[in-house]
Amino acid sequence: MKDQFTVVGQPLPKIDAWAKVTGETRYADDLVLPRMAFGKLLRSPHAHARIRAIDTSRARALPGVYAVITGHDLPRVKFGILPVSQDEEALCTEKVRMVGDAVAAVAAVDEETADAACRLIDVEYEPLPALMSIHESLAHPEVRIHEYGDGPNVHKNVALQFGDVEQALAASHLVREDVFYFEGNTHLPMEQHAAVAHFGPDGKLTLWSSTQTPHYVHRLLGKILDLPGAHIRVIAAPVGGGFGGKLDPFAHEIAACKLSQLIGRPVKIACTREEVFYIHRGRHPVLMWIRTGFTRDGDITGCHLRTWLDGGAYGSYGVASTFYTGVINPVTYKMPVYKFEGARVFTNKPPCGPKRGHGTPQPRFALECQLDKAAEQLGLDPADLRKRILQEPFTKTANHLTVTTIGLGECIDKVVEASGWRDKRARFAAAAKTSKPLWQSRKRKGIGIAGSAYMTGAGTAIYWNNMPHSGVVVRADRSGGVTILCGATDIGQGSDSILAYLPAEVLGLDPKDVHVHPADTSLTPVDLGSYSSRVTLMCGVAAIQAATRLRTAIARAVAAKLEVAPEQLVFRERKVGVLDDWEKAMPFAQAVELGEAMHGVLAFPGSYAPPKRAGKYKGGGVGPSPCYSYSACVVELTVDEDTGWIELDDVWIAHDIGRALNPLLVEGQVEGSIYMGIGEALMEGQVFRKGLHKHPSLLEYKSPTTLETPPIHTFLVETDDPEGPFGAKEAGQGPLLPVIPAIANAIYHAVGVRMDEVPITPDMVLRGLELKRQGKPARIGPDRLPLFRFKEPLAVESAFGQPADAVAVRPFADPSA
Amino acid sequence: MKTRITLTVNSEGRELLVPVHKTLLEVLREDLGLIGTKHGCELGECGTCTVLVDGEPTLSCLALPADLEGLAITTVEGMARGGELHPLQQAFAELGAAQCGYCTPGILLTAQALLADEPQPSRGRIREALAGNLCRCTGYTKILDAVELAALRMSPSGSRV
Repeated sequence: MKDQFTVVGQPLPKIDAWAKVTGETRYADDLVLPRMAFGKLLRSPHAHARIRAIDTSRARALPGVYAVITGHDLPRVKFGILPVSQDEEALCTEKVRMVGDAVAAVAAVDEETADAACRLIDVEYEPLPALMSIHESLAHPEVRIHEYGDGPNVHKNVALQFGDVEQALAASHLVREDVFYFEGNTHLPMEQHAAVAHFGPDGKLTLWSSTQTPHYVHRLLGKILDLPGAHIRVIAAPVGGGFGGKLDPFAHEIAACKLSQLIGRPVKIACTREEVFYIHRGRHPVLMWIRTGFTRDGDITGCHLRTWLDGGAYGSYGVASTFYTGVINPVTYKMPVYKFEGARVFTNKPPCGPKRGHGTPQPRFALECQLDKAAEQLGLDPADLRKRILQEPFTKTANHLTVTTIGLGECIDKVVEASGWRDKRARFAAAAKTSKPLWQSRKRKGIGIAGSAYMTGAGTAIYWNNMPHSGVVVRADRSGGVTILCGATDIGQGSDSILAYLPAEVLGLDPKDVHVHPADTSLTPVDLGSYSSRVTLMCGVAAIQAATRLRTAIARAVAAKLEVAPEQLVFRERKVGVLDDWEKAMPFAQAVELGEAMHGVLAFPGSYAPPKRAGKYKGGGVGPSPCYSYSACVVELTVDEDTGWIELDDVWIAHDIGRALNPLLVEGQVEGSIYMGIGEALMEGQVFRKGLHKHPSLLEYKSPTTLETPPIHTFLVETDDPEGPFGAKEAGQGPLLPVIPAIANAIYHAVGVRMDEVPITPDMVLRGLELKRQGKPARIGPDRLPLFRFKEPLAVESAFGQPADAVAVRPFADPSA
Repeated sequence: MKTRITLTVNSEGRELLVPVHKTLLEVLREDLGLIGTKHGCELGECGTCTVLVDGEPTLSCLALPADLEGLAITTVEGMARGGELHPLQQAFAELGAAQCGYCTPGILLTAQALLADEPQPSRGRIREALAGNLCRCTGYTKILDAVELAALRMSPSGSRV
């Protein structure tokens, strides 16, 4: 089958590559409309304060100012991306909950005037105590950040149990109990968020925005602005980097819409870099306690995980994030029984949300570091241990997730072999035993491994419904071109290109013949958005279905003309014909004309919704995915014992992609994920002091440059998953997961210090080495857990080892429908 | 206060009347419509807004047009020759070195300046030259590959690579 592909599997340039290398791509902030005004938001300088009064009169009097609004000019309705967390206001009316909360907005003749007007707005605040950590928020129930949730300052409290974990642990040869901390960090897209709103004289609103979820923004804008959704059009401009940071409806988008409505002009609001740090929705800081049992041979007997998430000031996707810190873990290795307890705590910091890997890098770090410790105690090689305990393909996990294909074993083999794992493991360990005199440079090499799994698209939408998660319309043109309409949003991952490649493959065209029109709520069928690694799979299957329907219609017409059976017809090289009689094959354009003459307009839909196989328990909707990707990573590094400096020498990553629809794009996603993981492991952290973000700038918030990014050796493993389009799984998030624990494990291998906290900085290495010298446990990590009562767990029978549900309901899958 | 200046951008003379404190980045984008130059921080920290001034990579968010009269300013729009892309642009497109594409113009121009000074740089030299340009998508790998490919194609023997 693979040999028969003409487009799939080719390292083709992205269809938008040419615009991007010439500077022609128009991002949201590149849009300029006639009479456009410029907006600015006034943001809170307090981490937590009551708003006593806002006086905008001086700002309104400034020449060049068109309008100044506060939350009182907007419908008094709270919103949030998740139906269960409606806790945000675009402009705060009663209280601010973090530095950076917006309280007023200005539209003016230019940005400078808008800025000056913001400084003329007088806000009277009554400061309240600011709670800046999980510990503080739980220790001060008398200070309430929100009035809702599962307890004072507790947004969400969940507990799930699949089988009797205590009994399993009691019967184990080894039980390890470890505590880890993963510091929060941010997406840091190079493009700052921007929006242009135009409320036209016809009473209709158009919003162009750098958003990853035009559909959700569309849905929520109607409610937030109290306008009929039918009169709102949301267009996602090409996004200059998302990583999960552009998935919520934001204050600047809403304010631009309202201001445009009031002043009768288009309004642009482009956020500054500092504002992007406040918008955030990034990686949750997570404190973790994990207790896992092992047999003498290394099999996992059971696992009990507790997570505490620092959610920041608002709900955002946080309920989902909380579940994600627990539910994906059992997908990787055999885990017969499993218990998970998680709590998300509100703090007075920018709200956390989904960042690449959404809620899973933190527990992945914990689990993979703990496996490394267990392997050492059991006298097993860490790579061999992982290979021994791989999850079985086409089975269910303890928590009722259906796993299809698994390429993790092959991924581990690839990185072990390519890295020279066995030789280096022994050689570096031997070298570590030799001591060097103080006057010599004391650099130590280490090599570490980790594995991981990630979902290929969330099995459920953010709001409950039975409609498609992704829709595509294909339209054939008499010229021989094909147009694809799809709500998907290209954030750089290449979704527009996938939407050209797959119909081109089905119809025997060149991708250049396919015109893709994405992400416009008035033109394109809904796609839920660029999150949860769902786009290639869901849009891909929908696009194949739509293109196949078009092909079937054209084939009928051509078959009648050539007097052959439709099944005999082949579509390739822009022609349609019978393979044995290819000289008579007709150009695709002519075939379209015949098709249009027979059927009328040639436009066909494709729809996709994931198979319905969520576990039948409350909370079972988070975690199911059509299929899971797998990755294995080996990191080789050098630690300087004098300075604590960590230099990454090489990273080997193998990723189970199902099928690489375009290997170039897959490699790009894998390499980008590794890079981002390296940043999280070694330098990126959101740090606060006295309520203030310590470094809301690109210079002080450290992220890897070319110099800190080591050579990345990428291997793609193809498992041809039955759920994916032509067998493809995700690539954009999963490969980030293993690199962080692989780095921590390699540091231990190099210098014998356990790093149970990220980011791992040189001072932490030196502290660990000092502890080692003193003969104390050489471990850097959290040493206390909050006093906290989790809910009584929902006890569900473990589904571990049950066969995958092959007869799951697959909505919209019938090709003849 | 506004000032009248003449800038040479992509080999064309442009007369402008702009506030003295307006940055080159703002003038390029807002007054000349050259939106290919992007802003990532406007504080000189990320390299996104890099343009060439007399061939030298320059952060346009920190440069004032009044200082640049008589100097040759090159933006990403000035890289192609007529309809023919610069070998760097071609290589970046072919190898997937532009994902979201937002940092791409600044990186292309920085690489162009490097190749003008050192037609056959080592990978280490390319890494050094691009260390001031942040990219959050690619992990830099494909970018380094693309600069190497362009350098090879621009060498006398490499025109057919």
